[in-house]
Amino acid sequence: MKKKHSDAIWGYLFLLPQFIGLLVFSLLPLVFVFVLSMMRWDGFGVKKWVGLENFRYLLTDPEFHIALKNTLWFSLLSVPTGIVIGLLIAIALNHVKGKTVYRIIYFMPTVTGTVAVAIVFMWLFNPDFGLVNTYIKQIFGLQGPRWLTDPKFVIPSVSLLSVWLGIGFNMVIFLAGLQGISRSYYEAAEIDGARPLQRFWHITVPLLSPTTFFITIITIINSFKVFDQILVMTGGGPGNASRVLVFHIFDHAFQDFMFGRSSAAAVFMFLIILTITLLQMKISRRWVHYEG
Amino acid sequence: MKAKPIQSVALHTGLLFGAFVMVIPFIWMVSSSLKDISQIFIIPPKWIPDPFVWGNFKRSLQALPFDTAYFNSIYISAVVVVVQLFNCSFAAFAFAKIRFPLRNAWFVLFLSMLMVPEQVTIIPLYLIMEKIGWLDTHWSLIVPPALFNAFGVFLLRQFFLTIPNDLEEAAIVDGASLPVIYARIMLPLVKPALSALGIFTFLYMWNNFFIPVIFLSSPETFTVPLMLNMFKGLYITDWTLMMAGSTIALLPALIAYLFTQRYVIEGIAMTGIKG
Repeated sequence: MKKKHSDAIWGYLFLLPQFIGLLVFSLLPLVFVFVLSMMRWDGFGVKKWVGLENFRYLLTDPEFHIALKNTLWFSLLSVPTGIVIGLLIAIALNHVKGKTVYRIIYFMPTVTGTVAVAIVFMWLFNPDFGLVNTYIKQIFGLQGPRWLTDPKFVIPSVSLLSVWLGIGFNMVIFLAGLQGISRSYYEAAEIDGARPLQRFWHITVPLLSPTTFFITIITIINSFKVFDQILVMTGGGPGNASRVLVFHIFDHAFQDFMFGRSSAAAVFMFLIILTITLLQMKISRRWVHYEG
Repeated sequence: MKAKPIQSVALHTGLLFGAFVMVIPFIWMVSSSLKDISQIFIIPPKWIPDPFVWGNFKRSLQALPFDTAYFNSIYISAVVVVVQLFNCSFAAFAFAKIRFPLRNAWFVLFLSMLMVPEQVTIIPLYLIMEKIGWLDTHWSLIVPPALFNAFGVFLLRQFFLTIPNDLEEAAIVDGASLPVIYARIMLPLVKPALSALGIFTFLYMWNNFFIPVIFLSSPETFTVPLMLNMFKGLYITDWTLMMAGSTIALLPALIAYLFTQRYVIEGIAMTGIKG
């Protein structure tokens, strides 16, 4: 078998398009953002090298602190909720007939995209005439909160939208994971007299753990990237109440033209996400159970 | 596992309530878009418009060139999907089936790029696009994802790995070269993975807002999400118009989804299992 030389050539040839794309549109920008984060530049004038000053500025910048806090709060609200509800729905669907129809409906929001849905939710949550508040008034006789225009409610409102958008995806993945668990485990347990809750804890949870791990990582990382809804629904407001990390980067870079500082914020974001992912992988060794 | 009748009823009740919550915003959107502006402020809200007003749709289409936006969204998404499927399968095939020096090192590099969010590299990417004159053109939207998609390479490689080497070896004995092996043997065997990736990518390109909103500034270049956002900026106080615009932006995608949902859902499930 004459493999060797021509194979190497073919290998690299097949790899070429992806390779070019990787280099120019992914690796180069990554290196570049680190370099930029150590400069002061407005896009037109002279580039000035400032070392770690941008990072020092970030550590004391109240706006950046708010952005971090808001992002964390958003993540805390939307991640566990989305995962738990997605799992519950998947479990329910696994036990009833008519799964296909439900699947279609629950997955619908996921395909519709953020902008149109965000606008619809703006109308739904309109403090004076939106569906939500008018029914709150009708049913409970109370004046509902000002939702997107109230600093205390704006992040929870955006979280609600994100959970609504993401449930379908979580449900589909969990359902696939659940269906991969062999019936025989449950049957054997039932014969041994295990109750439903015991079966859930000792069979479902461990055998579903790779899926759960996957969904958790993806959901957490996605929650840190939230942007579309914020730009469309609130513009970071009211005040700074919904200013999140990516919006902060976007704002500083493309509205204020401070490329150095916003790059520093972007580097920060990258390090946060990297840390979370590595931490998750470490923790997963203890609770994720891989078969075979 | 089918539950006992009582449990079944309870589960269905819960699921129906949830389904209701999923669907209500869409119904309300359509209902509002068919109303006259004066009807919007009636309390309690009327679900069925009386009378039906179709004019909002006409006004939306006249206000902004949604048809151009649709054309842009469709052709950009389609081009990226087709080119990307080729490029990803080339690389995945190479990683899975060809032995070449430094193969593992390059693959590890690919995988690590998966950890880098586009929000982190957007600033330098913008500056690069500005340098090569691609800002405000569709090239900036099409070329990067068409050329590079680490996730797609990873996914397809998983599938290629499941194809037994005997097929390849038999073909080599018959004198086939690598490109022929790729085209005649490998590619047909990974069709389900290709369609799953294609759907995934199409959805991503169709709904992408972050990249276009930063790279594009001329309305003729806008994709549907951008057009809708501009619409919102101009007409936000006219809610019936806004709902009509949103319906125009959403409904075709929703209908396309209803026709293809089996492939979409199963494709997403497949990427989840392999990922």
